[in-house]
Amino acid sequence: MSLTSGAAAAIAPNPHSGPARREAAPEVDISKMIQVRPRRWGRMTAVALIVLILAWLTKAFAEGNIAWDVTGDHMFWPTILKGVWGTIWMSIACMIMGIVIGVVCAVMRGSPNPVLRWVAIGYQWFFRGTPVVLQLLIWFNLALVFPYMGVPGIGSARTVDLITPIVATLLGLGLNQGAYTSEVVRAGLLSVDRGQFEAAQAIGMGYWTSLRRIILPQAMRVVIPPLGNEFIGLVKMTSLASIIGFSDLLRSVQDVYYLNARVIELLMVAAAWYLVVVTILSIGQSALERRFGRGFASGVRTE
Amino acid sequence: MNARGMTAMTDAAAPAAAPIVSGRKVGKLFGDFRALTDVSIDVAEGEVVCIIGPSGSGKTTFLRCINQLERIDNGALWLDGELVGFRLEGERLHPLPDGEIARQRRKTGMVFQRFNLFPHMTALQNVSEGPVQVLGESRAKATERARALLTRVGLGDKTDSFPKDLSGGQQQRTAIARALAMNPKVMLFDEPTSALDPELVGEVLAVMRDLAREGMTMIVVTHELGFAREVADRVVFMDQGRVVETGPAHALMDTPQEKRTRDFLRSVTHKD
Repeated sequence: MSLTSGAAAAIAPNPHSGPARREAAPEVDISKMIQVRPRRWGRMTAVALIVLILAWLTKAFAEGNIAWDVTGDHMFWPTILKGVWGTIWMSIACMIMGIVIGVVCAVMRGSPNPVLRWVAIGYQWFFRGTPVVLQLLIWFNLALVFPYMGVPGIGSARTVDLITPIVATLLGLGLNQGAYTSEVVRAGLLSVDRGQFEAAQAIGMGYWTSLRRIILPQAMRVVIPPLGNEFIGLVKMTSLASIIGFSDLLRSVQDVYYLNARVIELLMVAAAWYLVVVTILSIGQSALERRFGRGFASGVRTE
Repeated sequence: MNARGMTAMTDAAAPAAAPIVSGRKVGKLFGDFRALTDVSIDVAEGEVVCIIGPSGSGKTTFLRCINQLERIDNGALWLDGELVGFRLEGERLHPLPDGEIARQRRKTGMVFQRFNLFPHMTALQNVSEGPVQVLGESRAKATERARALLTRVGLGDKTDSFPKDLSGGQQQRTAIARALAMNPKVMLFDEPTSALDPELVGEVLAVMRDLAREGMTMIVVTHELGFAREVADRVVFMDQGRVVETGPAHALMDTPQEKRTRDFLRSVTHKD
């Protein structure tokens, strides 16, 4: 910097300041000098503040009216663990459903076929346009509309037997998730340069092969961070399914405190478990980001 | 796959002397804009044809019509004895289904101005992807061929690099290897050196020169007049979507017949 400005000054001396006189540059090798670490006052103040607030919070909760030993005792109760398991597998099942539907729906929205496009738009419109609690209740009460369900020629059954809390939760959360995921996937597809599709076509790939081998893998890179977001949201959304009787984590915690009246203690159990699950998911997300980030240099720090 | 390969071979065998690429009064519209008007260009097997002309003259569009990245609106394009993009039954014209279009595209290899390598794959994977996915080659065989092709373009030591770690010239040479891996009958080059730093242009042109020497049929849209003069059998000058003049490279560039060709050549050489 100083070199260029110096050179410029030498070529065009400022006529008002007279001829600039400069000493010859002294012999300095910065690698031989002692580096002074800059003091980051802002950072140090922030850390001090955070420590203070945490200490105060910890003290408040420690002295508050919570029996922490009760919380600890209940962490690994069979009922609770069953609830944790219910939350985990339901989240995974709904996310798989959401991703499959989301990818199909996003591809349909980008399709040149107007029928496919409008089916996708209609699906998104409905499932994003109504609260997920409402959708869960509708699925669960489907028997009121259709007492019997079946496929002609194969058989039929009573809807109440078919749509159990598990099935209703799967349908409600999975279909809802698909509508949101499709937008995330669509953003990813849009982020891939058009030249990639042309290059794939130019080597004779068909539409679907290009999509599967060239476009989607590149879209994944963009899609994974928001998808991780969706997944974490979904883990917590399973707690809504407790209202239709699905035994998730929140439901099992409630079942316990209805009996022993240790409300806050057990809610803390639930909070701890949700944090554990979400932390594990975040670690998985970082691994996926590394996998799909191959071949790309990011301009910003992402972790 | 096999059956298709067979028909392609018989098609090629029938008209031996006929040009491999033949544009007949090709027209292309983008909305109201006439990108191509009455473009007639014949390219014989083994011939190297360079298309030159100012930007916006339709050279790239014509190239993209040959491999159906664009669809033509007038005239007809023939590739290897087949009508490009359509099947003719008497007076009735049937647009080809996607699978047939993909099959016709395989006869051409395209090299893009901006390389368009697949960034999530190594150089080797970029080259072997087409043979595996499209030609149904085994991964092992395709990889072996890809390695040989990369060596041929001078990148034998870069097989495991991702595109982001390659220079522009290396990327473009990888792109050439990727196109060659499909065993095309015609290579299409769309301004292959325009996006390169000046010192990297030579290495790409050298690979193209070798290809030409080996008898590959090539259509090259380029601004490299020196390359055109040296390598091309014929040069086509286009302006405003029309073919203005066409002739042997030296004749067209040393003694252009049309004023527009003269003006263009003068403006380009003065810029250098």
